[in-house]
Amino acid sequence: MQYAIINKDKVDDFITRLAVQEKVYAPVARGYDNYSFEEVTSGKNVVSGRYIPTILPPKKYFMPQRETLLEYNLTEGQNMNAVVEYEKMAIFGVHTCDLAGIQAMNMVFSEKPADINYLIRKNKITIIGLECIEYCDQNASCTLVHNHLPNGGYDMFFTDIGDSFFVHVATQAGEEIIEKTKVFYDADAPHMRLLEQVRERKKKIFHDEVPIEYHELPELFQKSFDSKVWDNLDSRCIACGNCTAVCPTCYCFDVKEEPDLSLVQGKRYRIWDSCQSEPFAKVSGGESFRKMQGARQRHRYFRKFKYQFDKYSRPHCTGCGRCTRACMAKINLKETLNALIAEHA
Amino acid sequence: MKKVILKDSKYEIKKGRVVSVRQMTDMEKLFEIALPGNRSLDHEPGQFVEMSLFGVGEAPISVSSSPTKRGSFEMCVRKVGKFTNALHNLKAGDEIGVRGPFGKGFPVKLLEGNDLLFVAGGLGIVPLRSLINFVIDNRRDFGKVNILLGCKTPDDMLFGDEVENWQKRIDVSFNCTVDRSDPDWKGNVGLITSLIPGVTLAPNRTFAVVVGPPIMYKFVIGELLTKKIPSRQILVSLERHMKCGLGKCGHCQIQNYYCCQDGPVFSYDKIKNIKEAI
Ligand SMILES: Cc1cc2nc3c(=O)[nH]c(=O)nc-3n(C[C@H](O)[C@H](O)[C@H](O)COP(=O)(O)OP(=O)(O)OC[C@H]3O[C@@H](n4cnc5c(N)ncnc54)[C@H](O)[C@@H]3O)c2cc1C
Ligand code: SF4
Ligand code: SF4
Ligand code: FES
Repeated sequence: MQYAIINKDKVDDFITRLAVQEKVYAPVARGYDNYSFEEVTSGKNVVSGRYIPTILPPKKYFMPQRETLLEYNLTEGQNMNAVVEYEKMAIFGVHTCDLAGIQAMNMVFSEKPADINYLIRKNKITIIGLECIEYCDQNASCTLVHNHLPNGGYDMFFTDIGDSFFVHVATQAGEEIIEKTKVFYDADAPHMRLLEQVRERKKKIFHDEVPIEYHELPELFQKSFDSKVWDNLDSRCIACGNCTAVCPTCYCFDVKEEPDLSLVQGKRYRIWDSCQSEPFAKVSGGESFRKMQGARQRHRYFRKFKYQFDKYSRPHCTGCGRCTRACMAKINLKETLNALIAEHA
Repeated sequence: MKKVILKDSKYEIKKGRVVSVRQMTDMEKLFEIALPGNRSLDHEPGQFVEMSLFGVGEAPISVSSSPTKRGSFEMCVRKVGKFTNALHNLKAGDEIGVRGPFGKGFPVKLLEGNDLLFVAGGLGIVPLRSLINFVIDNRRDFGKVNILLGCKTPDDMLFGDEVENWQKRIDVSFNCTVDRSDPDWKGNVGLITSLIPGVTLAPNRTFAVVVGPPIMYKFVIGELLTKKIPSRQILVSLERHMKCGLGKCGHCQIQNYYCCQDGPVFSYDKIKNIKEAI
């Protein structure tokens, strides 16, 4: 069954049945228009309709905020075991922007020297996507970066076609879920037409959030290194690091130690880090190559639209809008892009 | 959450053993490290390792010995903080963790047959020594060799006995300068840049290899360009904060480059238009 249908009143049932077999994580409402991916055991609180991207993206399951790399024991010298922590799980309700975020992370961690901790964990995660049929809010810029439509990266993908969801079953893992949960039936030609209508309607809603073409983005940034826009951000940004913590494609980390009380055993772990913090790029003599906050913001934007674009042939901004929503200083990604365009395009 | 032991993690350490420790100055010690079975590190001159002490942490440190020295390697470490302090407490026989070698070192094959001008400022001599000694051990393969060394005061001079040997050799010309002299100092006083105009060289077949504190590069490179050395033939080794050595943690990123994988050695023409590089 490559294309399946599930009636909307069966979605709760689906999640409940799935949760009997493995851990399931799904978006849950957390008040004040906030959502969060959390473990669920039934479909009761799961949001399967419109939701604003969760506070943290699903990257938290692929690259945990804190992850043990080595466990050591010093009784007889520098002895250690390298470890990986993982969990078999399914994530339900992943938007197309977040699928793109996971794809970006996959590229980075698969590139040699590959990061096997990440790759092992990734292979234990089943991804069930969910299409947005309206904009989540005005902060999204997913069309600009071609992420408003699904580009793969899922095992199953749900699209709302009215009374039911149209489900693209893309992998064996997806097929097994269909068989085990027994709440799906085959899609037929009228369902296909409904799907096409949804996509046609989307074309009218989703377009041109920012007046520039996808392929022109690296060139815009090429010209923008000395832009006044960065000076403006310099005076506003307070280096809280929220923008990088919530970004689905930020993966910088620090490596730290945690000795236990005996000081004989302990762990070496990695933990999310932010290029917005002042010591991030400082070297031994005290020299810093990005002293100013504006330069650190520029680095963040260039990592989204230039450096990683050059290296991986895709922008590392998914258009999710999280950085804008989370910014303490109301720094707005679309406004920044507009200002760069006004200055340079 | 399941936890399993990994066999091929890039964060795994090799166990090294401290063979000897030598106090070089108040702040610097030279450590000789052997790997199990006295296996060679197999590094290129200019590469670095992540040294590790469990309970304290890790730090990137340049390999200071030449790959021609087999069976053990050396590193020279300045005491500046938590990790380097702990390192300074090690004695011969202690164990230490090693990851690496990492990064791109000096392109020795490219240098063969050419004249070399070494410019080392301060601690820059530490990584440069791996190449200088490599060149001296393979002296026939290279043209004229010119070494310029600069340090703050005569007491800061590292590798004094080796420097004396370079000074004595007829197949190496050597000059050195200090920022501040003392009554016993007989050499030059002044910045390292002041030594460059006095060097006679054939720019077309000279590679200049420059390593020192960030501030030094702009001025030294300016002098070298005045000497008409093509920017392709100027090699530098850049320092950045590093955590993983694997091109992932993001700390060492310089625009499109990751210093830990694409560097630390770069030819100047690659980075001259890269802002935030020097
Ligand atoms: C490629 C490379 C080669 C190096 N080679 C040598 C060497 O041969 N000898 C030597 O003495 N030092 C070398 N260093 C510098 C050395 O890594 C730092 O001095 C060391 O990490 C400081 O650690 P700490 O815990 O003792 O000090 P901290 O208390 O952690 O910090 C002291 C200072 O070192 C800087 N620093 C801290 N961690 C790092 C890091 N991971 N990378 C770079 N800077 C850092 C801090 O910003 C601060 O200014 C090298 C650095 C790099 C990147
Ligand atoms: S830069 Fe902002 S909009 Fe783009 S992916 Fe990151 S958080 Fe989302
Ligand atoms: S969230 Fe806003 S204020 Fe905080 S570091 Fe990012 S841009 Fe600066
Ligand atoms: S040290 Fe981590 S990316 Fe270079």
